[in-house]
Amino acid sequence: MRLFETSTTMPKTIKLTKGLNIRLKGAAEKNLKVLSPRMFAIKPTDFIGVFPRLLVKEGDLVKAGSPVFIDKYRDNITFTSPVSGTIAEIKRGDKRLLLEIRIEADENNTYVDFGAAEPKSLSKEIIIEKLMASGLWSLIRQRPYAVIANPLQTPKAIYISAFDTAPLAPDFDFMVKGQGEAFQTGINALAKLTDGKIHLNIGENTKAPEFLNSTNTEITTFKGPHPIGNVGIQIHHIDPINKGETVWFAGVQDVITIGNLFLKGVYDASIIIALAGSEVNQPQYYKTFRCAEIAPMIKNNIKPGNPRYISGNVLTGTKIRHDSFTSFYDNIVSVIPEGDYHEFLGWALPGIGKYSFSRTFFSWLTPNKEYTLDTNLHGGERAFVMTGQYEKVLPMDIYPMQLVKAIMTEDIDLMENLGIYEVEPEDLALCEFIDTSKTEIQTIVRKGLEVMRKEMS
Amino acid sequence: MKALRKQLDKIKPQFQKGGKFEKLHSSFDAFETFLFVPDKTTAHGSHIRDSIDMKRTMSIVVIAMIPALIFGMWNIGHQHFLSIGETAALLEKFLFGLGKALPIIVVSYVTGLGIEFAFAQFRGHEVNEGFLVSGMLIPLVVPPDIPLWMVAVATAFAVVIGKEVFGGTGMNILNPALTARAFLFFAYPAQLSGDKVWIAEKADAYSGATPLAEAAAGIDTGVVNFTHSFMDMFLGVIPGSIGETSTLAILIGAAILVFTGVGSLRIMLSVVIGGIFMGGLLNIAGSNAYMDVPFYYHLVMGGFAFGAVYMATDPVTASQTNTGKLIYGFFIGLMAVLIRVLNPAYPEGMMLAILLMNVFAPLIDHYVVEANIKRRLKRLKAVKA
Repeated sequence: MRLFETSTTMPKTIKLTKGLNIRLKGAAEKNLKVLSPRMFAIKPTDFIGVFPRLLVKEGDLVKAGSPVFIDKYRDNITFTSPVSGTIAEIKRGDKRLLLEIRIEADENNTYVDFGAAEPKSLSKEIIIEKLMASGLWSLIRQRPYAVIANPLQTPKAIYISAFDTAPLAPDFDFMVKGQGEAFQTGINALAKLTDGKIHLNIGENTKAPEFLNSTNTEITTFKGPHPIGNVGIQIHHIDPINKGETVWFAGVQDVITIGNLFLKGVYDASIIIALAGSEVNQPQYYKTFRCAEIAPMIKNNIKPGNPRYISGNVLTGTKIRHDSFTSFYDNIVSVIPEGDYHEFLGWALPGIGKYSFSRTFFSWLTPNKEYTLDTNLHGGERAFVMTGQYEKVLPMDIYPMQLVKAIMTEDIDLMENLGIYEVEPEDLALCEFIDTSKTEIQTIVRKGLEVMRKEMS
Repeated sequence: MKALRKQLDKIKPQFQKGGKFEKLHSSFDAFETFLFVPDKTTAHGSHIRDSIDMKRTMSIVVIAMIPALIFGMWNIGHQHFLSIGETAALLEKFLFGLGKALPIIVVSYVTGLGIEFAFAQFRGHEVNEGFLVSGMLIPLVVPPDIPLWMVAVATAFAVVIGKEVFGGTGMNILNPALTARAFLFFAYPAQLSGDKVWIAEKADAYSGATPLAEAAAGIDTGVVNFTHSFMDMFLGVIPGSIGETSTLAILIGAAILVFTGVGSLRIMLSVVIGGIFMGGLLNIAGSNAYMDVPFYYHLVMGGFAFGAVYMATDPVTASQTNTGKLIYGFFIGLMAVLIRVLNPAYPEGMMLAILLMNVFAPLIDHYVVEANIKRRLKRLKAVKA
């Protein structure tokens, strides 16, 4: 394989110091348990900016890869069923907002055949066509805005982050094990879609040969604390996004799913998901499917009490119910205690066991302790008072407070000038975590990006 | 605690929408959140949050002021007994100072919090914690014998004109405590300057001149005669405002602020560097006796240290960018010494220097942020070219 393509440049290393690793109890142990979930749900709300037009009704039979809905405004973008089965329920919310399309799997998974082929021998148009038809185009997202990529554009480059630094982050080395061929095939398909490079960004602890020996990629090593594993931070330091530019990105398991489409000719929705958090009895990895119910993995595995289930990590994930489903892009389910209690004089006590980025609680005495953090807000919302805090956890050449204020006042020119195209809510999640004033920064940034997206379209 | 919580839960509905005391909602909320950290959980964004909140932050600042306050109380007594020529025990001195300082603190807090509650009520806001700090800062920057009604008037002026008219905590341009101090200085100069006011119940014959006054007098007489040594000034056994005299106590406070991450070391250091720079420059010029006062004296005289640690670092009124903070601090130090030495009408330049830079802080930030914007535009141009 390596005969013709070898990387021409020396591997680069980028070291950043700003940020924060939050040490939480209950990281997933490296055991893999295979699950066979029965219920699945595609949640259109997972896809930012997509207005779904349903193609199925309750009782319809679908195969893995059968179209379920399309985007009303970009009707070439299709969303397909992860498994074969029956459309069990179509769940709507306020104003008939489409919340979930529930699918009950049948005994044997049958697939729509899209035809296996080595992407190197295929043209760009055919690759796009296959991805569109199988619904896997939705795995490729773009920056700015973190929406599904526009197939009519050619991105400056494509980025893949091969490590995660968020609290309780799953180990991508573990997830990619034995999937080298699918991963490489996925890379080869993506490589046809850009004139630029495929940037594969690895962490300092990345050892997996599937990453290190990959071809068609430019590997950059990143050293530092969270949020360095976020692809947005990596893009900012490799080649920042300017106004008018577009880059694409995909997750490691997304690349594997794409690779399997070309290897096997089918939408193989199997995925490895970590179940982690202080409320889990046995935090570990599960081989399950995209959009699958979490019930089988949490069954008899959650401590008594009032837990919060989160699809995604504790900084950026989505709150879900115990009988709900993982979100399309997520590879971790976090379970932490709810914090709906009153604490007597909590702000005044020494706070030995209380986690804080600042040293205003005596927990600085125990820097290496693993914490159980709950969902309590730990205070009331206030006006901006403290300054210089956000900068300590945002390793970017961006003024976060000024940007957030520009978004709040909807000053479009200023947002643009201050670098809104370079950020995503997840990049500023730590700013929100440490904020003394308890400002909803991620919500604000998302709002700003939506304003810009409407303005630019 | 549980009984208290039960009681609160019982009366809470009366303060909520539709309740009997609906209008008093923010006062109830202030008391409730003072007693209990609320049970509110995260609904959007990050599911976990740092334990820090505004109450914690503000109480750390108040704790950092305690060394200066305790020392100040002792020093009030010490200076008093020194001036009347009596010896007194440590506790006696402290109790005398306590008797002087405590009423000022009480008046400051009662007036300020009263107004804050009234405004919060009126606007339907939550009561902000900012005044916890201002309410302690005001007593520390006034002379021990100040009439209590003046404290009340100045506090009211500072909270209303200095803060609430701009929209409350976080929106003000000038440091509220310094606004109070400046109001007093210009409205009642007789009680805020001269040789008579800095020692409580001073004997008439005893000179109560502060080192700053002595230094300023040197411009006319041609020689600066300090009653106190550099060490006395550093330790704080000199006449002055209640909390400003001891550089040592202030340094302890600075250490607390910097270690906890609440106060900005950038600002503190750049103020000191600015002061040293200007002091050094004047030493080189040396055209009168005050200019010849060694530059390091400026750091321990008057309110320089107090201003650098507790006033200049107020995050709301200081520059907000890291680069801006360095510029802002440097000019505070520079202006303070400049005003002291070259403008004898104002023996203490620190207050005016900080207020002046408060006004300039947004401008400094504007240019710092503009530089970031230019970098981004340049990058864009380079790509297009």
